[in-house]
Amino acid sequence: MSGPGFLATRFDTALGWARKFSLFHYPFVTACCGMEYMSAACAHFDIDRFGAGLTRFSPRQADLLLVVGTVSHKLAPALRTVYDQMVEPRWVIAFGACAVSGGIYQNYATVQGIDRIIPVDIYIPGCPPRPEMVLDGLLKLQEKIQKEPQDWRWTKKT
Amino acid sequence: MDKEDLIDEIRTRFGADVESYAETFGDQTLAVRREGLRALMSALRAAPYDYAVLLDLTCVDYAAVESRFEMVYHLYSLSGNRRLRIKVSLPAENPVVDSLTGLWKNADWLEREAFDMFGVGFIGHPDLRRILMYEGFEGHPLRKSYPWRKEQPLVPMKD
Amino acid sequence: MASRLEKNARPDSMLLNMGPSHPAMHGTFRIMLELEGERILNAEVEIGFLHRGFEKTCENRTYFNLLPYTDRLNYVSPQINNLGYAMAMEKMLGLTVPERAQQIRVLMCELSRLSDHLTCLGAMAMENGAFSVFLYMMKAREFLWDVIEFTTGSRMTTSYIRIGGVRADLGAGWRGSVKTAILETRRVLKDVRGLLDANRIFLNRTRDVGTMSPEDALSYGWTGPCLRSTGVNYDVRKAQPYLLYDRLDFEVPLGERGDNYDRYSVRMREMEQSLRLIEQVAALIPDAAPRLEADGIEPAEAVRRGRTRRPAQRIRLSPNLEGSEKDVYPRILTADAPVVVPPKEDTYTTMEGLISHFLFFMNGTGIRPPKGDVYFSVEGGNGEVGFYIVSDGTDRPYRLHLRAPCFHILAAFETLIKGRFVADIVPTFGSMNMIGGELDR
Repeated sequence: MSGPGFLATRFDTALGWARKFSLFHYPFVTACCGMEYMSAACAHFDIDRFGAGLTRFSPRQADLLLVVGTVSHKLAPALRTVYDQMVEPRWVIAFGACAVSGGIYQNYATVQGIDRIIPVDIYIPGCPPRPEMVLDGLLKLQEKIQKEPQDWRWTKKT
Repeated sequence: MDKEDLIDEIRTRFGADVESYAETFGDQTLAVRREGLRALMSALRAAPYDYAVLLDLTCVDYAAVESRFEMVYHLYSLSGNRRLRIKVSLPAENPVVDSLTGLWKNADWLEREAFDMFGVGFIGHPDLRRILMYEGFEGHPLRKSYPWRKEQPLVPMKD
Repeated sequence: MASRLEKNARPDSMLLNMGPSHPAMHGTFRIMLELEGERILNAEVEIGFLHRGFEKTCENRTYFNLLPYTDRLNYVSPQINNLGYAMAMEKMLGLTVPERAQQIRVLMCELSRLSDHLTCLGAMAMENGAFSVFLYMMKAREFLWDVIEFTTGSRMTTSYIRIGGVRADLGAGWRGSVKTAILETRRVLKDVRGLLDANRIFLNRTRDVGTMSPEDALSYGWTGPCLRSTGVNYDVRKAQPYLLYDRLDFEVPLGERGDNYDRYSVRMREMEQSLRLIEQVAALIPDAAPRLEADGIEPAEAVRRGRTRRPAQRIRLSPNLEGSEKDVYPRILTADAPVVVPPKEDTYTTMEGLISHFLFFMNGTGIRPPKGDVYFSVEGGNGEVGFYIVSDGTDRPYRLHLRAPCFHILAAFETLIKGRFVADIVPTFGSMNMIGGELDR
């Protein structure tokens, strides 16, 4: 029988469950979407009830990079540096139309979507997205984390 | 002092430097020669005109149509509650003008922005470098000759 | 990048970089510090990380289509930017706006101003450690945004205040939501005052920190709450009254010392005044005639019936367009010039209406200001928000420049923190209310 065995898949599920309900996010907040991020994080719409409430302002301690708002070309090296400094396993959510695709800004100064710089897992569209959409995106990410094979064994990455 | 009397007084006092006066949509506008700008501005800042606040400093690019840049200054007098707009035409081949950094403290950043966006030089500015764009960006974005969508990425872009 | 700070630094001092991605940097702001222990010897600030090419974009968009870009300038008080732009255009076009639209504009502006101050003080308090204050203020802000969403459809970036008036009339039942919002905000302000006003720790961190003299503030071009905290009485609503501000009763709070605590206190008192203004304006706005629900026929039905002749019945629009029906237009939008979106009843049922809709949106037909330039300013959350628009007679602006209040306020930041401790950066920066969209345009 090929593929991971019964114990490995059970362990994967358990690890996925633990990881999805304890996301420490790094809010890379730039622009207007930051206001809706604040709303989503505060008492009314509360992302803490999904386990993602604690912000960690160090890339080393965070596993979810929440890119909120427009990324300009001037800021792109900082974003790339922060992403590179994050430790595996890490996920990226593009929050807001500007992070997804450049939004309403298509000009000399704006990066047309952060997926041109870093790989993105979940895209949350909206200008700005309602907090309910943010929570929906977070739940989709949690589903994704649960289903993907967890890398719990230390393997040399080529 | 009455607004119209004030303008008359400025025109008589500065004579040749003030090229024209216009009132567009209710805003008083003086067009001034660039050689006389600094003297005029320091006089306007002092009594009796008392324009203590430099509200705004910007530039308009008429290089393609009339081969000039136009610097636009907005002044505000708190004591008299009046506003004034000063315009200075700069030739497109050599857009330099005197800096106002000794007179108002915010002229520093405002002039850096005008330099960054239009390439206008400011004589006497202590530290004229880009403020909104990054080092390594070539060109001046708000000039009409700069293509609107031309990006100069710092980090290699995928796709 | 070798900055000016690095070049001039002493060899034995420490260089520390804060930002651009930093919890207390309100988005994107970079401070480079030359430190000796905790004391700041020199500071250099780098901005422009949120430069999104607003002014260049506006040169390529028609006057109507660039309205959403103005929302995203000062994004905590978006309606005030909309208003500044709309009033600058109305000045240039010489339009008169109906009275009801002016009243609604005042209501929306004061709600925006409240939301700006709540966010500023909430963030400032959170960065100083008072996390509960942040949560309380965000709670109050949700109630305000409920009022805004009820009428405009969007919580934040609404594009509601248009050239010539407003997009839609207030929804039925708006009075209840305004009353709730005022009540909740007053409760929150009372709680916050109890928590922070005489708080020993907050006072130690903000009293006599970041002090600015009135002469320097004027020289830097400071306006708004930051200028008023130094004692200078300048508020665009009183100096050059626009909308209904000359008929409404409100005070302009002033500070004495120009330190962080005064900036906090001026904003708190301004919120009280904004609440008073909202109550006055809500009392002024008359109740609109109630709408008959089941009345009217669907647009598709009207087209079917009216192949040769337009039917006489009223057209019933979708609930999304509630408040912007054709018979509401005289109340909320000017009839002086064709600068407004053509009514949807015409667009959906007649050929001419459809054509005029397309010409308006795609071609900018209707908004053709005369050649010339205009400057108009309104009192934003941070100070004087000015729009300088140069028109060459076509449907797009030749040049549009925003006079951003926090650009001037932050020009003084380096001098304010020089010689102080690293810990003083956080309350000083927080009290200056840096909004990236406005600072960097």
